[in-house]
Amino acid sequence: MPETELVKVHLKVKRFDPERDRKPYWQEFDVEMEESDRVLDALHAAKWYHDGTLSFRRSCAHGVCGSDAMVINGENALACMLLIRKAGLDITIEPIRGLPVIKDLVVDMEPFFEQYRSVMPYLVNTDDPGYTERLQSAEDRARFDDTTKCILCAACTTSCPIYWGNESYVGPAAIVNAHRFIFDSRDQAAGERLEILNQRSGVFRCRTAFNCTNACPRDIKVTEAIEEVKRAILYGRV
Amino acid sequence: MKVHHHSYDAVIVGAGGAGLRAAIETAGKCRTAVLTKLYPTRSHTGAAQGGMCAALANVEEDSWEWHTFDTVKGGDYLVDQPAAEIMCREAIDAVIELEHFGMPFNRTPEGKIDQRTFGGHTRNHGEASVKRACYSADRTGHMILQTLYQQCVARDVNFFNEYQVLDIAFVEGRVGGVVAYELATGDLHVFTTKAVLFATGGFGKMFKISSNAHTLTGDGPGLLYRRGIPLQDMEFFQFHPTGIYKLGILLSEAARAEGGILRNAEGERFMERYAPTIKDLAPRDMVSRAILTEIGEGRGAGPNKDYVYLDLTHLSPEHIDAKIPDITDFVRTYQGLEPKTDPIPIQPTAHYAMGGIPTNVDAEVVIDAANTVLPGLYAAGECACVSVHGANRLGTNSLLDIVVFGRRGGQAMASYVDTVGHPDPPADIEADVRDRIERLKASSAGENVARIREELQEHMTDKASVFRTEESLASMASDLDALDARYERATIQDKGEVFNYDLTEALELGYLLDLARCLVVAARARTESRGGHFRDDHPLREDEHWMRHSLAYRTDDGVRLDYKPVTPGNYLPMERKY
Repeated sequence: MPETELVKVHLKVKRFDPERDRKPYWQEFDVEMEESDRVLDALHAAKWYHDGTLSFRRSCAHGVCGSDAMVINGENALACMLLIRKAGLDITIEPIRGLPVIKDLVVDMEPFFEQYRSVMPYLVNTDDPGYTERLQSAEDRARFDDTTKCILCAACTTSCPIYWGNESYVGPAAIVNAHRFIFDSRDQAAGERLEILNQRSGVFRCRTAFNCTNACPRDIKVTEAIEEVKRAILYGRV
Repeated sequence: MKVHHHSYDAVIVGAGGAGLRAAIETAGKCRTAVLTKLYPTRSHTGAAQGGMCAALANVEEDSWEWHTFDTVKGGDYLVDQPAAEIMCREAIDAVIELEHFGMPFNRTPEGKIDQRTFGGHTRNHGEASVKRACYSADRTGHMILQTLYQQCVARDVNFFNEYQVLDIAFVEGRVGGVVAYELATGDLHVFTTKAVLFATGGFGKMFKISSNAHTLTGDGPGLLYRRGIPLQDMEFFQFHPTGIYKLGILLSEAARAEGGILRNAEGERFMERYAPTIKDLAPRDMVSRAILTEIGEGRGAGPNKDYVYLDLTHLSPEHIDAKIPDITDFVRTYQGLEPKTDPIPIQPTAHYAMGGIPTNVDAEVVIDAANTVLPGLYAAGECACVSVHGANRLGTNSLLDIVVFGRRGGQAMASYVDTVGHPDPPADIEADVRDRIERLKASSAGENVARIREELQEHMTDKASVFRTEESLASMASDLDALDARYERATIQDKGEVFNYDLTEALELGYLLDLARCLVVAARARTESRGGHFRDDHPLREDEHWMRHSLAYRTDDGVRLDYKPVTPGNYLPMERKY
């Protein structure tokens, strides 16, 4: 373990308080951090010891709860997964794009979850399974493994240029969660989901910009999942 | 401050595994509101990694009776045995039901749910480790949380996201309603309701080195304690052996189940000396003590000799990628090490509260040594104490606990609300919350909340964690006196209404301080060592005097302790060897 020493980190954070401000502005902070600290730790240092009015969501602080997606140095990331060592000593932080800003780094997540709910994100199987588990081969289980990793942080959807321009687009995260069921051998509603995703707001809005794949903190191959859904619609089979 | 009024049959507070499982049960049966200070999918159930035990016997011979024995022995005989029996028996149905809900378990070659070994889980009463943990790679909790949330979406469960419950009112001896603070607006919401189920999770943020989320501040137990509900077995807190050095982020026991080995600075597999039969898969309390003993005796690694290694370097890279992908990624991200070639520096991390809100096996809250039920009040999951974990929880039994008792609580609540009428809305129920908020907002010069919290966490990790003595606990008690006094003068900078986390963090600190006090008082009184509670000055377990649960009540003069006996069962206490 390399011993760490304190470094001075310069934070530039986009602020907006609907109760006080007519438009967003930048606030700068200097905080002392270790290089192995997370960007989230630097935000905490700014909030706890400089300006308590700074608001951002966070919970688990190690990349599993999906609360703290934000734009860091121009790119979507979870603040708790990016270390100072990687982000550098000058760090610019903004709210994720495409969802309405409520305060500082806190955006309205409701439109995002509404799109998630629109794709029937739950297993549909009307057969009586009896008293034991449904069998599923390891290969069938592996078929949808990648898309089960989604933590609904919205980093993918809010990095998508199509989503920025058209908020009716269902967005990568919702497609990932549809994929998770469409390719689950136990599910019986693939047809309905594919119909939903074949609508004007659906999967064919995607122009394979790959931003979503780059933004995913769980390394889900988002673009590939979207392409698989497109192919399933085009060829009428999964 | 605006106040809104709502009326429901039932309210569930918290939307992790226990809350969501309860909500599935009440859906379609009674009008239910689910209140969470986060979004449901942000809950810390999602951070659980290794598995959920159930004696399915899919891979090798097993029985729920063996599982019960392991749970009782693992809990160092402070477990209420009938409750453990219910949990281990219903575990089988609970896992099958999750599979039917769509849970993507790993599979055996025959397509059944795969199972692996886990700490303290054995065949035939301790003969050898047994493959009992059902799992989804090392993200089992994530999969359970997602699956339960998906089922709630399918049932159109009524969520109030980012509503933080801050108080409860009782009317004529039963539940009357709760008061919630809406984060987005700063408005207060009064929910008049026949029943409330608390599922707010743990309170591990009272410690510095902790695997817990920032939001795990014990709001549920904290607010009930202030309203006169006792808290049970608060001295028993679990320290997980393998937290990432300095950060405390959890590295699942699955790492050892899949072949990982703990080594000291000399490279020795030291667990062979402490638990000759099951070695690295001994229960967590024993492994954490072994690690700190190694460090204490000078065999720790690193410049300060203050950590040991979790060694995965002998495992095949494919095996690591297939079975423990997430935790090895944590090591890469946060330590900059490659676990396939580098041993991982680890130290014990505050992980799980065995104690909490006392309940019976139907998740009904019981408020005294006679187990008197308070009508309409329920609790499930980590915030509750059934007690199925006793003095030390076995790995995977937490995911089991939330599903089994979340379900039982939901069922019990749904039938209860059919038998009673709506309570009269308690008058001025929000007055106390309003006072607390206005006082914090009115304060100007005063103590910084983060500094008080930081000191609380540092002192608790130093003085009230794996090893305790009368001296360390007395010192912690006087630290708490000073911290409480400073908290009285706490101030916040944010005076606004919208997403004022400055305010909610201050309120949460109040709960952490109260709960830390309960822990310290109960730990000082318990002059024995049992499970997660180890007293250097009283190193032996003393069954004659201490086979009993503590109950901590709030009084104006501090914590008052009472005790109730452990409910016995088939298994007589014996020495805990592995």
